[in-house]
Amino acid sequence: MAANEEAMKYVWEGAIPLQIHLHKSEVASHPAPPPALVLAPRIGYLPLLVPLIKPYFKDSLPPGEDSIWFDYKGVPLKWYIPTGVLFDLLCAESERPWNLTVTFLSLYLSFISFFCLRDTELGYTNLSFPFYLLLFLRVLETFYLQIHFRGYPSNVLIPCEGEDSAKWNFVNSLKEAAYIINGNCKNVMNMSQSDQEDLWTSVMNGDLDAYTRLLPKLKMGNIEDEFSRKESLSSPVSRQGGGTEIDVAGQVKTARIPVRLYVRSVSQNFENLEDVPEIDTWDEISYMNRPVEFLKEKGKCFTLRDAMESLLPEYSGDRAQTSGEEEADGSQETRGEIKLVRIQGIELKLEIPFSWVVNNLMNPEFYLHISVLVIGPQR
Amino acid sequence: MDSAGEVLNDGKITLEGFTVAARAFADKWKRHNLSFPSWSWVPLINRTLLKKEECYLSLEKIIILSSLEGSAEEESLGVTADWWEKEESIDHTVLNVEDEAHYYDYHIVYSASYMVPMLYFRGYSSDGKPLSLDVIKRDLPSSSVSLLLESKWTFITQEEHPYLNRPWFKLHPCGTEEWIKLLSESSSSDGCQMPVELYLVSWFSVVGQVVGLRTPLEMLI
Repeated sequence: MAANEEAMKYVWEGAIPLQIHLHKSEVASHPAPPPALVLAPRIGYLPLLVPLIKPYFKDSLPPGEDSIWFDYKGVPLKWYIPTGVLFDLLCAESERPWNLTVTFLSLYLSFISFFCLRDTELGYTNLSFPFYLLLFLRVLETFYLQIHFRGYPSNVLIPCEGEDSAKWNFVNSLKEAAYIINGNCKNVMNMSQSDQEDLWTSVMNGDLDAYTRLLPKLKMGNIEDEFSRKESLSSPVSRQGGGTEIDVAGQVKTARIPVRLYVRSVSQNFENLEDVPEIDTWDEISYMNRPVEFLKEKGKCFTLRDAMESLLPEYSGDRAQTSGEEEADGSQETRGEIKLVRIQGIELKLEIPFSWVVNNLMNPEFYLHISVLVIGPQR
Repeated sequence: MDSAGEVLNDGKITLEGFTVAARAFADKWKRHNLSFPSWSWVPLINRTLLKKEECYLSLEKIIILSSLEGSAEEESLGVTADWWEKEESIDHTVLNVEDEAHYYDYHIVYSASYMVPMLYFRGYSSDGKPLSLDVIKRDLPSSSVSLLLESKWTFITQEEHPYLNRPWFKLHPCGTEEWIKLLSESSSSDGCQMPVELYLVSWFSVVGQVVGLRTPLEMLI
């Protein structure tokens, strides 16, 4: 389990530097306020950052009530998607060397600004000094966002009432994940109100220790791992929907994995990620909220590739490749191609066992969020 | 679990079962609801990523005449009966100043997570502007309204439509399979599985009532 804990730490400590500008139509002060520099946890949500960001802009706002929303290059951001996923999905080119200077500068400034904002309520200050050093060494592109305090686009974005909305979104996702893994969400319903609150608070604060202490109370079924020492049954796992099997030790094995897939499709092949066109609207992204059926067969390893094939059958088969392996000829293929699979900001090789991916890279609500870039089928 | 494995012991249904049940539901509805618009089976043709069987049932542009003074209960009871006559004869120029036509779209979508159908709906006025939950509540039967008051987040929630990228209202699925189990058990004395063709009919007979849509009894046979 020690390896698992290391990976969880990595996931929980993952963060994106945000540079947030007030939308120019809402600037009511002269000069315009400088952008806010905020380090956003990957597993967190944008509405939770608002108390951190608002002080930067409150003096520049026109009078009236706030209804806060964010956009990235004109695309309104869905606040219920974890921040890390938004970044992985919308910023295809996360390794541009020329941005290094900007990145280090942003990191440095974020570093400084965090020390200046010690008194915030959200507890980001419990991140330790070595963590910042670690970040310094990671090459991350800054996520440039715009914030709005007016004109909420309620025709395209569901309403957000700040932390409450984020909390209920988390709990509902947790229930849905429980349904998929256990066949019902009794384990969540049976948790006391205060335990549920504490679980949410641990996520909000990025407090992995508190979360780990609360996990046994959640009683979420275990996701089978080839690398664990649990005994496996000789018969294949039952295909009954939502069903679970009890092995000899009385442990519950899972047959279905909660997955949220975000697919960006481009029509033409590309050499570099920089050549991928920007997104104009969310309609260019296909969202799939569908569990992966995990079949355990003796001697066979269910890989990430197998999982992707079950979710995206049109992009699978012999021609499916990860980036880095180019097709030289102009293909007359009608099948599309998976170019990139990103989870928690990491581009994964498809040969990795899926159970490892799930156990180590899932979000606190037990969902695995996968961002995929595909080349659409050529005609 | 029978050989087709479509309707499961615990009240859930597979995607294949849902497809069969949805077609059966749409057929029966058309046959027994002659003056009511029919459900259409909408394939996700633009979505090259999804399997061809991924579709949803759609019933759109249902009109509820909402008088600003009347109570919700009176209206939905009155409307359910009157819809079928009024639907064709509505002439907007003749509507009273107090009456406002509210349009509703209903989609029945399969949830792979919960393995049950889910009802999504939205309301809008004649200029296409979406209706808020407060306004929609006035069009709902009063029993639904009181449930809504008790649990804001677990009954009818505003969520994004799984395919259309827009905010819709969704009826929360927790409890669906229990209703179906109950209906299954009470309707068959010899312990037989509910036939898949009746699954959606039974489901809708419960769920439709929440939004004021009646299921004619003949459909349940």
